[in-house]
Amino acid sequence: MDFFSSSGVFYALIAVFLAGAIGALFLRRKDSAANIWGNSLAATGSLAGLLFAGASLLHGSATAFSLGTSFPLLTLTFRLDRLSAFFMLTVCFVALICSVYAIGYVRHYYGKYSVGVLGFFYNIFIASMILVMTVHNALFFLIVWEVMSLASYFLVIYESRQSANIRAGSFYLIMTHTGTAFIIVSFLLMYKVTGSFDFETIAAGLAGASALMKNAIFLTALIGFGVKAGIIPLHTWLPGAHPAAPSHVSALMSGVMIKTGIYMLMRISLDILTGSYWWGIALLAIGAASSLLGVLYALSEHDLKRLLAYHSIENIGIILLGLGSAVVFSSAGMDTLAVLALAAALFHTLNHATFKALLFLGAGSVIAATHTRNIEKYGGLIRYMPLTALFFLIGAMAISALPPLNGFFSEWLTFQAMFQGVTAFGLTTRIVFILAIGSLAFTGGLAAACFVKAFGITFLARPRSEAIAAAREPSVLSRLAMAGMSAAIIGLGLFSGVVMRLLEGVAGSLGSLRGAAPPGSAQFQSVSIENGFARISMPVVFAGIAVAFIGVMAAVYSFTRKRKTITGPTWDCGTRLTPRMEITATGFSRSIITVMRGVLRPSSETEIEYHDANRYFPKFGTVTMGLRDIYQPFIYRPLRELTAMIARHVRKVQGGNVNAYILYIFLTLIGLLILLDVGS
Amino acid sequence: MFADAREKFPAGSHPANVNGRMFRRSLAIRLVTAGSTNACEQELVALGNSYYDVERFGVCFVASPRHADVLMVTGPVTRNMRDALLKTYEALPTPRIVVALGDDAIDGGLFRGSYAVLDGARSVIPVDYEIPGDPPTPTLIIGALMSILADLSGMQAQKT
Amino acid sequence: MTAARLTLWIVQIMLVPLLSPFFIGFTRRIKARLQNRAGATSFQPYRDMWKLLHKDEVISEDASWLFRAAPYLIFATTLVIGASIPMLSTALTNSFTGDFLVVVYLVALGTFFLALAGIDAGGGFGGFGSSREMLVAALAEGGLVLSLLTLALASRTTNLIAIAGNIGSVPLAGYAPVALAFISFFIAMLAETSRYPFDNPATHLELTMIHEAMILEYSGKRLALMEWAAANKYLIFLALGANLFFPRGIAGTLEAGPVMLALLVLLLKVGLFSAVIAVIESSIAKLRIFRLPDLLFTSFVLSVIALGLVS
Repeated sequence: MDFFSSSGVFYALIAVFLAGAIGALFLRRKDSAANIWGNSLAATGSLAGLLFAGASLLHGSATAFSLGTSFPLLTLTFRLDRLSAFFMLTVCFVALICSVYAIGYVRHYYGKYSVGVLGFFYNIFIASMILVMTVHNALFFLIVWEVMSLASYFLVIYESRQSANIRAGSFYLIMTHTGTAFIIVSFLLMYKVTGSFDFETIAAGLAGASALMKNAIFLTALIGFGVKAGIIPLHTWLPGAHPAAPSHVSALMSGVMIKTGIYMLMRISLDILTGSYWWGIALLAIGAASSLLGVLYALSEHDLKRLLAYHSIENIGIILLGLGSAVVFSSAGMDTLAVLALAAALFHTLNHATFKALLFLGAGSVIAATHTRNIEKYGGLIRYMPLTALFFLIGAMAISALPPLNGFFSEWLTFQAMFQGVTAFGLTTRIVFILAIGSLAFTGGLAAACFVKAFGITFLARPRSEAIAAAREPSVLSRLAMAGMSAAIIGLGLFSGVVMRLLEGVAGSLGSLRGAAPPGSAQFQSVSIENGFARISMPVVFAGIAVAFIGVMAAVYSFTRKRKTITGPTWDCGTRLTPRMEITATGFSRSIITVMRGVLRPSSETEIEYHDANRYFPKFGTVTMGLRDIYQPFIYRPLRELTAMIARHVRKVQGGNVNAYILYIFLTLIGLLILLDVGS
Repeated sequence: MFADAREKFPAGSHPANVNGRMFRRSLAIRLVTAGSTNACEQELVALGNSYYDVERFGVCFVASPRHADVLMVTGPVTRNMRDALLKTYEALPTPRIVVALGDDAIDGGLFRGSYAVLDGARSVIPVDYEIPGDPPTPTLIIGALMSILADLSGMQAQKT
Repeated sequence: MTAARLTLWIVQIMLVPLLSPFFIGFTRRIKARLQNRAGATSFQPYRDMWKLLHKDEVISEDASWLFRAAPYLIFATTLVIGASIPMLSTALTNSFTGDFLVVVYLVALGTFFLALAGIDAGGGFGGFGSSREMLVAALAEGGLVLSLLTLALASRTTNLIAIAGNIGSVPLAGYAPVALAFISFFIAMLAETSRYPFDNPATHLELTMIHEAMILEYSGKRLALMEWAAANKYLIFLALGANLFFPRGIAGTLEAGPVMLALLVLLLKVGLFSAVIAVIESSIAKLRIFRLPDLLFTSFVLSVIALGLVS
């Protein structure tokens, strides 16, 4: 155990990623070599990281090590407390699966795009995410954060011959840098109070800071990391950027990259600072809005990968519901409940990483086989890709929070944490919690509706286009990767009690929650919360469904085994049934969108072409249904116009006259001298 | 009133592999209107009202041939309805029973010999029972259905 | 585990599937009487199912394994739910699957596969039946979760069986939120069990169907299972409504006497509930589908108020 959690292993695994990156670049002339080198080293590094993070997590106490330089501010400190170890574990696990998948998946890029470049950025991307989770110094954090953003940017625009990808990438780049600007402000504010960039020192130094300063730090961090996490209304880059990347990268971006934002929000709101009531309420409100709106936008989406990307926003919202509850509890001194809520958030983080990665990998296989992302063109794929369909179904069930899979347990836990919020507080706070619970309930139902659509239209019924008949299962390694992830989803559901106990430990190790009593007992066989306020046993739920299923099957079979089963055409009311008569994704979700028209503002354009000039005999008609974008005109455009207006005024200063510039320098000097004088 | 179904409704034979008791007071009917004048339909609608109330005998009309035991045909079977009738027949799970309702459906009735019709359901699918009349009255239909049920169950029909 | 406990367990697990067709038939019977008809006997659903189990089956050539497996899974979820809810005795605790969220999400599991099975055969009607079912199910979830949460908070536990045991001791003053929650639950129940004004269980018109449209392709034993599972779900919701909101009569021990009495009282209460539903179905019209959300949001808002009042 101790061997795996030593600093040598950590440096070695970073070196493996670097070797994978540079090696892939060197081998770029030979696609297959670059693919195997880049992805197998990424898998090796991830496996090592998995062992390293797992050992550190079980080890209990935080391990810290540093690479010293002679500069005082430039000491590279790494610190693996349990929170870091948990997030690193999540990153490495998803990266491992994605890398194995990629060995088979990347083949379809041979000869089209440079596989070497993909391998390079892919390895750098994973390594930078690991570093983001482990670095314990604000300056280095910003550097690896930037590396991560750039690496992911290049992965987003990897299929560079499609202009839409470039546009999505550019928007992502702008958004993520706006976020980084806020993060820098946040760190500078911390530095101003504490005089240090080291997280440990900052945490100690910030204890006595004024409330205004703490609020400012939290707010800037919320905006900065919120952009990365994709909270509404800062999410606009996400549905464009995630789908543009190759699918195994989408899985990483949606599964774990956005969690770096969550990680830092947890770190700042509960570890470095101690939570304040209003932050928690704000996080709850953002979480409720993100989860509900995320799933509604997903419902109206017909691009399979964009649909999944919107579900990431939804799940980030659910995680924030847990985190927000934790902050509220912590601010009221109810540390035990805070541990419960934070454990729920952490569990959902882990679960979302698993099922979202699986869904993206499944979507990647479908897209590689059919060459389109449009759901309306699929149908009947369950016959041509039975295993992919099964894996996608498992992912869909998990993300819809259906028992007995892992998504259900973490949503159950989030519910329970918020139930405690309703009982523990006065009316105002209680209403917030009630509405948050309501939004989570609706979100669960709508997510199930959305995945009935996504799975049903993609895999069931008859093919809606001819390309479907040519679809085949992906390669063995890709199938193996998806099988592994499915097993993890089932395993996390079955062993949720054990994982829960581990996560309570992680939550209880954070600065402001240290030493809190566990919120109940969590064992393999059952989890109990708050002296039996709620009890659940996931193994029994699992076994109950399985036994009942097999029992019903056996009973019905023994009773009816003499009966025949005849295969015939689908009942078509005596007409000739065509795929065009099947329900479409647009049709499926249209009723829900119509119900929610107040929020979603649907649009519909009808175009009819006529045979005759009098417009009596239509030749054919097209109805285009979509949603009106409310973020561009109401938030982003005013901001852009404000910026442009300020820039126009500032431009007047830049006259190009040397004398004027000398005047500016002179005035600045005077100003600085006055400031110095006032300061002393 | 209806002593023996086979005697009264002579078409076809006892459908194969009917378990003696499976249709006991439970019969689901799918109606196919194969070019009917709508007269038979009017009478069938009357079956559901509170006067005739066919539901009390366990007979019901269903929305899908998959749910049905009986395929009830009305009308002389126009050429355009031939395929639809055949498809519906094949969509019924076995054991299935075909009942031709009204003179039109039995042999074309008024429309017999017309170029547009096929002279009754028999020319397209095997018919097990026929209920004559143009149209048969609701009472007659109910009585016939009861006899059919009794025949299927292999029981003596109840005297009413 | 004592012998009495084991016996009662087996009885409880068998109770839902054995009794459920009766209450479907009973509701139909009362509706028929209200329409001045005699109607079929209350035992008609048993006959229909017996017949369907003896018939052969036609399965669409476009349908996948999911279509074939779904009826078994949906039926299985109702069995697990049947074992998780208060039926006869509150002494028969179930701390494994008795949490109300487990029950709500098991219902969702059944709905999920029902909707997928509706799409699977590729017929014209199954798909929009699924679409409507998911619309109603998604919007009913808020009212359902929050109304049960009201009870959970009033009785300080989320375990349904324990709620049935504790809710009787809520002081009369504390009953206002429970009453509000009941209205909310009742609306959600009508939606979940495909009853008026959400769905017409007796419709023959494909265009107005929700539940029926999804099972149009099923025949034979799988149709029997689907109908039976729907009946189970109906009884489950009736029993929840009867035992959670009106817990009087449920036994507190495992002794044979009180349990027998509890069975009688349960039959009486559930029968009364079905009669009320039959009266509602005979006196109001089905709502247009885009009016349904109003009703479901009403259910949600009522629960929010109830939760605000609960102490």
